[in-house]
Amino acid sequence: MKQGYFEIIENVALTRDVFRMKLQGDTSAITAAGQFVNIKLDGFFLRRPISVCDVEGEVLTIIYKVVGDGTHLLAHMSTGTKLDILTGLGNGYALEKSGSSPLLIGGGVGVPPMYNLAKRLIAQDKKVTVIMGFNASNELFYKDEFEALGARVLVTTVDGSAGIKGFVTDAIAEAGDVSCIYTCGPEPMLKAIYNATDCPAYFSFEERMGCGFGACVGCTCKTKYGNKRICKDGPVLCREEIIW
Amino acid sequence: MVNDNLNLKVNLSGLELDNPIIPASGTFGFGYEFAELYDINILGSFSFKGTTVSPRYGNDTPRIAETASGMLNSVGLQNPGIEKVISEELPKLKKCFNKPVIANISGFSIDDYVTACRLIDRQEQVGLIEVNISCPNVHNGGMSFGASAQAAAEVTKAVKAVTTKPIYMKLTPNVTDIAEIAKGCESAGADGVSLINTLLGMRLDLRKRKPLLANTTGGLSGPAVFPVAVRCVWQVYNAVKIPIIGMGGVSSAEDVIEMMMAGATAVQVGAANLVDPFACKKIIEDLPRVMKKYRIDDLSDIIGGAH
Ligand SMILES: Cc1cc2nc3c(=O)[nH]c(=O)nc-3n(C[C@H](O)[C@H](O)[C@H](O)COP(=O)(O)OP(=O)(O)OC[C@H]3O[C@@H](n4cnc5c(N)ncnc54)[C@H](O)[C@@H]3O)c2cc1C
Ligand SMILES: Cc1cc2nc3c(=O)[nH]c(=O)nc-3n(C[C@H](O)[C@H](O)[C@H](O)COP(=O)(O)O)c2cc1C
Ligand code: FES
Repeated sequence: MKQGYFEIIENVALTRDVFRMKLQGDTSAITAAGQFVNIKLDGFFLRRPISVCDVEGEVLTIIYKVVGDGTHLLAHMSTGTKLDILTGLGNGYALEKSGSSPLLIGGGVGVPPMYNLAKRLIAQDKKVTVIMGFNASNELFYKDEFEALGARVLVTTVDGSAGIKGFVTDAIAEAGDVSCIYTCGPEPMLKAIYNATDCPAYFSFEERMGCGFGACVGCTCKTKYGNKRICKDGPVLCREEIIW
Repeated sequence: MVNDNLNLKVNLSGLELDNPIIPASGTFGFGYEFAELYDINILGSFSFKGTTVSPRYGNDTPRIAETASGMLNSVGLQNPGIEKVISEELPKLKKCFNKPVIANISGFSIDDYVTACRLIDRQEQVGLIEVNISCPNVHNGGMSFGASAQAAAEVTKAVKAVTTKPIYMKLTPNVTDIAEIAKGCESAGADGVSLINTLLGMRLDLRKRKPLLANTTGGLSGPAVFPVAVRCVWQVYNAVKIPIIGMGGVSSAEDVIEMMMAGATAVQVGAANLVDPFACKKIIEDLPRVMKKYRIDDLSDIIGGAH
């Protein structure tokens, strides 16, 4: 973990309420896809945890949805503003068991962490398929970006306005042979994927956080291997340890 | 250094601290996360996570909610149990912290307090025992002992009978008259008191029309409670002669001075560590500047100085 000041160099809307922010600063503590950062915002006591979407040299990319006052403030920040950020938080996704044809599944703002993960796996010559699930076509973002990396992309929408009509689990059959699953999204989605598959799989969880770095045990969950802190021992848990 | 002749040392019932800054129980774990960031030996001491006789998972999540200038927590004393703390955490802690530590102990019966305090009292790393009779997040225990002077005195007496180290009773502000409780502890032999624990509070999730915390209620801490804490320390200082460890919303060196002038001998920093992991380090480094600003040569001189 590191604390540092990052300068906003881009803050643009991808959809009506989802934004991409690029930040420049010391990214050296970020060591794995699926880790997150914790952002201090003026006027708010607790920091806001957001997944690393990508990291390239000194540039950190995050993608966030406006859901409350903190993310609303974030969306209105201009370039040049400096933010106090804790980086290198959480375990991130382990790549060792990915096999030759990993499947990455993101739901809504669970899609962003899949980007850096896809990049790392493709760099290892893996055949990467990405399923991204949304409610409707107007929520869709980053399809082209994933394709530009060389990933095969399957889109699902609940209302059928883009891609396959239904949930992400309705697209798993189309992914073909899958060696390992990496996923991030709402908990009901994670559970549906857990139940629908039996290959090695990694699931990224969310919890309300006090600190984000393991000190307050505010984010504890029970696993088959004992209590784990989502912020420090997670946010990624593997199939074997999860208790639903 | 340019600290000239400034004296930051304070003394808690014979335990000398290099400075009055102590991370508060539950906000510093067992120190490891912070030891990765800075040398925690710069601290006066620190109070480790509230420990009970048996291991505890604590309450369901969500356990954390944000408030204006603060936070609610309903962790509910998650801890590995006294035996594991002694056999695993203390040896691990020894590698990154070479000063006497404050042991924070909780219980659900007088027997619990006695058992845990007797065991922890034998640990040479422990310099002082802080007996938490004020946790608002557990049922049938915790806060109920801190809610009456008589019950607080009973716990104090029972614990004093089986220990040799200084015993500081940690008090709750969720009472009509905190000074009465402090007097009860003093008369039963407490070496000091530690205050305040969190204020009982709650928030609702408007969309779900339900409490935000799984436990319904939680404890409020952070800058929002600072004035309440200063008032409590002030009242207790007027009522007892034993030393006070003051806490509640402290986040700057100025806050430390204010707490001490109200009557605290040492000061704990809680929630501030969670949002700024360097909070204690920054406060310690800033103290000499603030001491000079208010023309303080020796911190011990200002304890209760506003009375
Ligand atoms: C590990 C992790 C990674 C995340 N990654 C992303 C991401 O990449 N993109 C994205 O859009 N969102 C992400 N989130 C969710 C994001 O943290 C919340 O949407 C955000 O904190 C909401 O803040 P707010 O002030 O707008 O909302 P409010 O509801 O006003 O926030 C009030 C409090 O609740 C907390 N909170 C609210 N919703 C959540 C939530 N879902 N999870 C945890 N805490 C919450 C806030 O941090 C704050 O402390 C992630 C959450 C976690 C735990
Ligand atoms: C997440 C969290 C966990 C806590 N756990 C304990 C505990 O285990 N034992 C205890 O005596 N106090 C506990 N407290 C209370 C603090 O030690 C302190 O008394 C209180 O938070 C007020 O200080 P602050 O406003 O600086 O946080 C906890 C506080 C927080 C925020
Ligand atoms: S949020 Fe504090 S331990 Fe996870």
